[in-house]
Amino acid sequence: MTNETVISAKDLSLTFQTADGPVHALKDINLDVDKGDFVSFIGPSGCGKTTFLRVMADLEHPTAGDISVNGVTPEAARRARAYGYVFQAAGLYPWRTIAGNVRLPLEIMGYAKDEQDRRVKSVLELVDLAGFEKKFPWQLSGGMQQRASIARALAFDADILLMDEPFGALDEIVRDHLNEQLLDLWARTNKTICFVTHSIPEAVYLSTRIVVMSPRPGRISDVIESPLPAERPLEIRDTQDFIDVAHRVREGLRAGMTDEV
Amino acid sequence: MASTIHRSPVGLTPMARVARHGGQGLRSVLPVLTVVAAIFVIWYAAAMALNATWAYNMAERLGRDLTFTQLVADTWSQQKPKLPAPHQVAVEIWNTTAEKSVTSKRSLIYHSWITFSSTALGFVLGTALGIALAVGIVYNRTMDMSVMPWVIASQTIPILAIAPMIIVVLNAVGISGLLPKAMISMYLSFFPVVVGMVKGLRSPGPMQLDQMRTWNATSVQTFWKLRLPSSMPYLFASLKVGVAASLVGAIVGELPTGAVAGLGARLLAGSYYGQTIQIWSALIMAAILAAVLVGLIGLVQRITLKRMGMA
Repeated sequence: MTNETVISAKDLSLTFQTADGPVHALKDINLDVDKGDFVSFIGPSGCGKTTFLRVMADLEHPTAGDISVNGVTPEAARRARAYGYVFQAAGLYPWRTIAGNVRLPLEIMGYAKDEQDRRVKSVLELVDLAGFEKKFPWQLSGGMQQRASIARALAFDADILLMDEPFGALDEIVRDHLNEQLLDLWARTNKTICFVTHSIPEAVYLSTRIVVMSPRPGRISDVIESPLPAERPLEIRDTQDFIDVAHRVREGLRAGMTDEV
Repeated sequence: MASTIHRSPVGLTPMARVARHGGQGLRSVLPVLTVVAAIFVIWYAAAMALNATWAYNMAERLGRDLTFTQLVADTWSQQKPKLPAPHQVAVEIWNTTAEKSVTSKRSLIYHSWITFSSTALGFVLGTALGIALAVGIVYNRTMDMSVMPWVIASQTIPILAIAPMIIVVLNAVGISGLLPKAMISMYLSFFPVVVGMVKGLRSPGPMQLDQMRTWNATSVQTFWKLRLPSSMPYLFASLKVGVAASLVGAIVGELPTGAVAGLGARLLAGSYYGQTIQIWSALIMAAILAAVLVGLIGLVQRITLKRMGMA
């Protein structure tokens, strides 16, 4: 793995001006994400984890500090289609089939028809949805819809995958399964993944680094390098290493909260 | 991974939806028939009550008494009743449709066609205008702030007041015939389309718009691939209201112009000469025409939404 920095934030702050006065969604964030990292952002609601992800995606604009994505501004990175973004809801278009939904970004980006077909086929295989091309979204379960939305984010082969609580609305069994598949996919594609979650086991199981955040103002309270091996069967969650990391995350979260109370 | 068919948004599989729909169809026949029967009973009773005065007056003049049977027979078969009985209207409609050549000036089919043609032209123009205004309102901030009040104000003016002026003004610039009537239809039918399409084009949520942004989609792409398909259910709801309004516009447009053809002209001629049966048969024809038009829109809606996988 090279140590090339893909996302770099320096003294990043974002303040929303609201009717009730300014809200400090992010304050003095410093973080480097290396190529091939799987970084999870965890914290209570209001800690700015989603806002940070949206800043990377050029969906929000920082009010102070600097951030670069692939060495350029988030806007330039967005225009270069440097990342795929997976939202909390699958957001598939009900009038398009699964294949049609995955094809959508490719149509927008102007890929040739046969190239579209090839890519749709290969990413649907990657997320284990081959054979569902002609189904409409409502014919699929929530988990399958979310996998289709991941396929859609992967279709144009961006190096970075930004995921905002993609499995937050799914039940635990489906979530476990999708976590396993996501790790497998990450290993095969060597993408850089930034993953927002509020589940400690999910963060620990998936990540090479865990960024613990705390609210008001949103800031980073701890960054944990995971000691877990790259190969991670679900059973790894019963090992001492896993439990230790989970403990440290929980401590970090609690520390962030006591500031407040 | 489980490959079972999962719940649709309404919680039913397509099969179950079809089954439920079919079951509803059977169960709804009886209430519908009951309502229809009730309408006929009320109509016949009202015809008797409203036409009785005339029947008694006639009997008195002839120095005769009326039995109940004679009263019923008379009130349901007068030449110029205050309210014609349903069968009189039915006979009149039969005589002026099936019994007449469609090119005859006395054929209701001919008059319906005249009215239909200006309804259809006005509806197409109104829909186009409505969609164009909605796109402008959604994409242009100045239009968003300024157009809607005018659109609403336009609908507060009684159409009966403005219709003659449209006809006169257009005649003055040399436009006559179908187009002035169609303009009145357009005037009435663009309104529901504007309102529905503005709502429909704005129906995609912030997440869907953010998603388009992450793909660096142009606003033209966002329009064709997201906003327009999202607006289809809203568009069809508007079109159904719009086509009915368009028909009203066409009929109203025929009233002040001294038009010699069209359902509006039939209504006007009927009222000049006290031909209530003719008025009612024209009214019923207008209702049938409206039902057919709304049904046609419904059919196009079903086909479109089915092809879009949304029905």
